[in-house]
Amino acid sequence: MTEPTTQSDSPQAAPAVPEIHVAPSPHVHDTSRTTRSMMIDVLIALLPVVGVAVYVFGLCVVRQIALCVGGCLVAELLFTILRGRRPTLGDGSAAVTGVILALSLPGPAPWYVGVIASFVAMGIGKVFFGGLGQNIFNPAMVGRAFVMLAFAGMVGASGYVLRPPASSAPATAPAGDVRADVMTQATPMSVAKKLARGETLGANEKMPSRMDLLLGTVNGSLGETSALACLIGGLYLCLRRTASWQIPAGVLLAVVVIAGIAELVSQPQLDVVDHLLGGAILFGAFFIATDLVTSPITPKGKFLFGLGIGALVMLLRTLSNYPEGVMFAVLVMNALVPLINRWTIPKPVGGPMPSKT
Amino acid sequence: MTGTTTRGMAAGTFARGVHPPDRKDLAADAPIEVLPTPKRVTIPLVQHLGAPARSLVKTKQAVAMGEKIAEPGGFISAAVHASVSGTVGRPTKVTLPNARHVAAVPIAVADEQPLAGETLREDIFGGDWPTDVGAYDPKRIAEAVGEAGIVGLGGAAFPTHVKLMPNDAKPVDTLLINGCECEPYLTADDRLMIEHPEPIVTGALLVGRAQGVERIVVVIEDNKPRAIEALRAVAGPAGVEVAAVATKYPQGGEKQAVLAVTGRAVPTGGLPLDVGVVVVNVGTAAAIARAVVRGQPLTHRVISVTGAGVAAPKNLLAPIGVGYGELIDACGGLTADAVRVIAGGPMMGFALGELDVPVTKGTSGVVVLTADDVPRRTETPCLRCGRCVDACPLNLVPSKIAQAARDGDWDLARRYHILACMECGCCAYTCPASLPLVQWIRMGKAQMPRQ
Repeated sequence: MTEPTTQSDSPQAAPAVPEIHVAPSPHVHDTSRTTRSMMIDVLIALLPVVGVAVYVFGLCVVRQIALCVGGCLVAELLFTILRGRRPTLGDGSAAVTGVILALSLPGPAPWYVGVIASFVAMGIGKVFFGGLGQNIFNPAMVGRAFVMLAFAGMVGASGYVLRPPASSAPATAPAGDVRADVMTQATPMSVAKKLARGETLGANEKMPSRMDLLLGTVNGSLGETSALACLIGGLYLCLRRTASWQIPAGVLLAVVVIAGIAELVSQPQLDVVDHLLGGAILFGAFFIATDLVTSPITPKGKFLFGLGIGALVMLLRTLSNYPEGVMFAVLVMNALVPLINRWTIPKPVGGPMPSKT
Repeated sequence: MTGTTTRGMAAGTFARGVHPPDRKDLAADAPIEVLPTPKRVTIPLVQHLGAPARSLVKTKQAVAMGEKIAEPGGFISAAVHASVSGTVGRPTKVTLPNARHVAAVPIAVADEQPLAGETLREDIFGGDWPTDVGAYDPKRIAEAVGEAGIVGLGGAAFPTHVKLMPNDAKPVDTLLINGCECEPYLTADDRLMIEHPEPIVTGALLVGRAQGVERIVVVIEDNKPRAIEALRAVAGPAGVEVAAVATKYPQGGEKQAVLAVTGRAVPTGGLPLDVGVVVVNVGTAAAIARAVVRGQPLTHRVISVTGAGVAAPKNLLAPIGVGYGELIDACGGLTADAVRVIAGGPMMGFALGELDVPVTKGTSGVVVLTADDVPRRTETPCLRCGRCVDACPLNLVPSKIAQAARDGDWDLARRYHILACMECGCCAYTCPASLPLVQWIRMGKAQMPRQ
């Protein structure tokens, strides 16, 4: 903040009189929270998720995070300089986008997928809109959407399944190794999709147990698999008020209600608990939808936004060809944020100002 | 804290708001001291909301302490009195902390003063104060208050007699005596309540009589247990309630105090009167008691001089018109690391560019902050995080209003209710991006075309 500075100029003042500055009120501030500290909060909240991911998927997680964070930092620096602005890497937002992007990708994806996604995320997703605070769409999801369409085979459902090299089968992954087990399995959501279509399942396609879904010992995007880790990190974010609880509450409520109704009227492949624990619902609700910049600003708006995401995810999971729909749901609802903000302007205490006519 | 029962659904506090460190410890234990009579005072003719007062004195005229030196310039205006005995100097102009450039009457102080030191304090706050006010004619109370030039001492400086006029269109059933003092650092009201609860209660009873209210409540934040205890002892027997409310900024804001105690929301753009409530600050109540019971005008007030930038924080009983610099000198002067001198509290007060400025009836304190208190902060872009929304006691969307105001988008600013904002500063206090939200909103209100 540039403060207008004047100096006390009373001529008879003793030389020891300190220099007095003026500035507008308020003169005291809550310095405990800054943009940077909130971003660091998100990184802290992601630790359990990253931890489980490394346990389940191994070093490819570290590789993917390094690629995406590095890619996002370089891309933001480059694009900011191209726009002739001061680099803003220090605020931590590019790093957060990088980690979330990495955790939304499949482990086996080749290196250039993460890097290209990072560049699209920071360029088209963020800096071209005017940088931090100006973008409409969640940058990480913009990057992911691009590579999902451009590299469908590597980021689509089949991209999640690690195919062992033809002959030299599990030389590096001994039997019983959780990684080999998990990464050669189809993701729970694509298994469910196949079952719903009435297709026969392959050898590596089976529905995992509830416990696997909870702990995360299933295949999927790196960050989404462990419901427990997402919950721990998400609750931390909400308690710190870095994320607004209204958003995950809205998402989860919509999922529960719609999945519950589906259960009552038919015998769906996935029940309410499967829908909550499987796929990216929890990761999306707590870490993606809660992106400060691309979600509404009022409490009511945040709740509506969450409801919309939950409903769209259920719509996509049930009716579309994609096994999962968190990414598209978030992007669609991002586009509606300006409208939601407009619809949810809160009524001032004491009512609106009476017009003097 | 055993709170006196309060009625209404929102009893005890209001929604949202912030909890800045209160720093009351700096001056809360310093008993009120009488400032030694200064050499000169400069008394502004605009110390209130409304029309300027009209001077009644000529250069070189001798005036006595308490003599009226300016009369009200309209219905919403206030008389001004000499706070010392002395000789009137040439009319001058002063720039008040709120940047208003106003006419002022300088007075060179005579060697002999009718009252000084402890006798002055005794005359203002001491002695017996009646708790049976049935003999006072309601109309006469408002007149006496007008004669005494009393304005709201809580900071807004609204002429008090206007509030006391019997009003058939809008009957008043509740009187709130505001002792919240929610601004951090300030302790003037706290000390007054601890040391002189009697004139406060008498003033409350007089206002209650003038307006014919059913209920009188002294509202105090629960971080002032000594003040609550002192007032309960005096107020209870007199039939005046004492309500301990949650310590939260801006609890002392008129609308927030009314909501906390009565559960009634003052309409935007309206007054507590619209919901049958009158709010009077504790210092104002004491001044009312003195005006009505003793026929004495408002010439002095208690001012907190506090903050880490003052050598020895104190609560001073000072004459209106004394310079801020003299108050600070009386407290040992500024420390070496003092960087900001604030007229009023740190949330809504004005920073002074120079110290040779007179205090007015509305000056509740002087807070001096050090370099550590006001670290240099860097503005970063708005994250749309909504923390300002969570802090706004009026349920506004400060960041949207501020950005609309900054961009001159008056339509948008109105849609987000810019005129409802009272500039309390909760949003800017809490903003993680260090945005000067209140400054933008204030600028917007000033620049916005009137409709």
